[in-house]
Amino acid sequence: MENQHDDNCCLFTPSIITITVSVVLVAITRVFYILCQSGKPVYPSKSPKPLSTLIVLGSGGHTAEMINVLNVLLLKDMFCPRFYVAAGTDNMSLQKAHLLEENVFNLNGGKGGSTQFLQIYRSREVGQSYITSIGTTFLALVHALWLMIRIRPQVVLCNGPGTCVPLCIIAFLFKVVGVRWSSIFYVESIARVRKLSLSGLLLYKLRIADQFFVQWPQLQRKYPRAHYVGCLM
Amino acid sequence: MGDAGDSAKQEKKVVFVTVGTTLFDALVRAVDTNGVKQELLRKGYTHLVIQMGRGSYNPTKCDGEDGSLAVDYFTFSPSIADHLRSASLVISHAGSGSIFETLQLGKPLIVVVNEDLMDNHQSELAEELAERKHLYCAHPQTLHQTISDMNVESLLPYPSGDATPVAKLINTFLGFPDD
Repeated sequence: MENQHDDNCCLFTPSIITITVSVVLVAITRVFYILCQSGKPVYPSKSPKPLSTLIVLGSGGHTAEMINVLNVLLLKDMFCPRFYVAAGTDNMSLQKAHLLEENVFNLNGGKGGSTQFLQIYRSREVGQSYITSIGTTFLALVHALWLMIRIRPQVVLCNGPGTCVPLCIIAFLFKVVGVRWSSIFYVESIARVRKLSLSGLLLYKLRIADQFFVQWPQLQRKYPRAHYVGCLM
Repeated sequence: MGDAGDSAKQEKKVVFVTVGTTLFDALVRAVDTNGVKQELLRKGYTHLVIQMGRGSYNPTKCDGEDGSLAVDYFTFSPSIADHLRSASLVISHAGSGSIFETLQLGKPLIVVVNEDLMDNHQSELAEELAERKHLYCAHPQTLHQTISDMNVESLLPYPSGDATPVAKLINTFLGFPDD
């Protein structure tokens, strides 16, 4: 009995290793394939379809910049349905998004797609201790995943707040797994003149953002894959 | 303007100080010093209004009857925009919201950098805009000197931002028709 068990074990182990190695290899290949495909523009079509869009809002200054971008972007009726996400502690940003949507609605002559306003848990509040923030970070990640599974956006627009990082990483993983292909756009805040923010640096270095925009020329020189777009404010 | 401080009857010129939602007692203390107040008076300003936010240092109120600078303060107000509009000079913390709101109103601006902040990336923006002559950038200790050296006429108007380049790139990337 003992012997037989051992034999089974010996037969079993190499195949487990083989399977694990091949799965890891496939996963790595897939990630590299997605990294190569990301950043390539979508082939222009004669009759493009509107894309579901996730807009991540930050606090004060960040939101003002994003609203300025949306004021121009939404002139084309190509970004719908739209999903606005802001931190649960931030009511001002969603209010501003509501105002913007009212304007867009009026401009379109009362024609509008379905727009949703959502709040997301923040992984860490200002001044929160690091030990409790492990728990809250986990909670925030689960909540972000739940939101992303529901939304499955085709376009992600963000400009800096920390909450955009998990959402962008999940959007990227959706591409890897094949759940949803999306284009991720990141606009670095105007307040960043010489150095990227931590969120920006992560999304740039990990190549998660398909297109990365900066508002100052000296930042573009430092991060050559970024596009310089001038000041939004 | 010259020696506006000499004339008994003069037009109201308000200096508005704002710390936004931050705690920045060093700035409130700095504008409450005799040196800064004298300098403002000498430059022809008549009133000093301080929005002190969450700070605990209360400046000394003054009605300015005796020809000195009239000083008033409050913690928060929903009508910061009105205060900015009625000001002849704005002294602000380095938050991008306050900076651009003031610049877009075309008001002369001195940004005071809070050195107590851990992540002091905010000074980047103020320094860059100061280099481009859209505002003056100071520290609490140097505010007095900045006011005495400044010439608000030499500041350049800030051209308002434009989101069309970024929108164009996004539309092109997604293969949307360009028009």
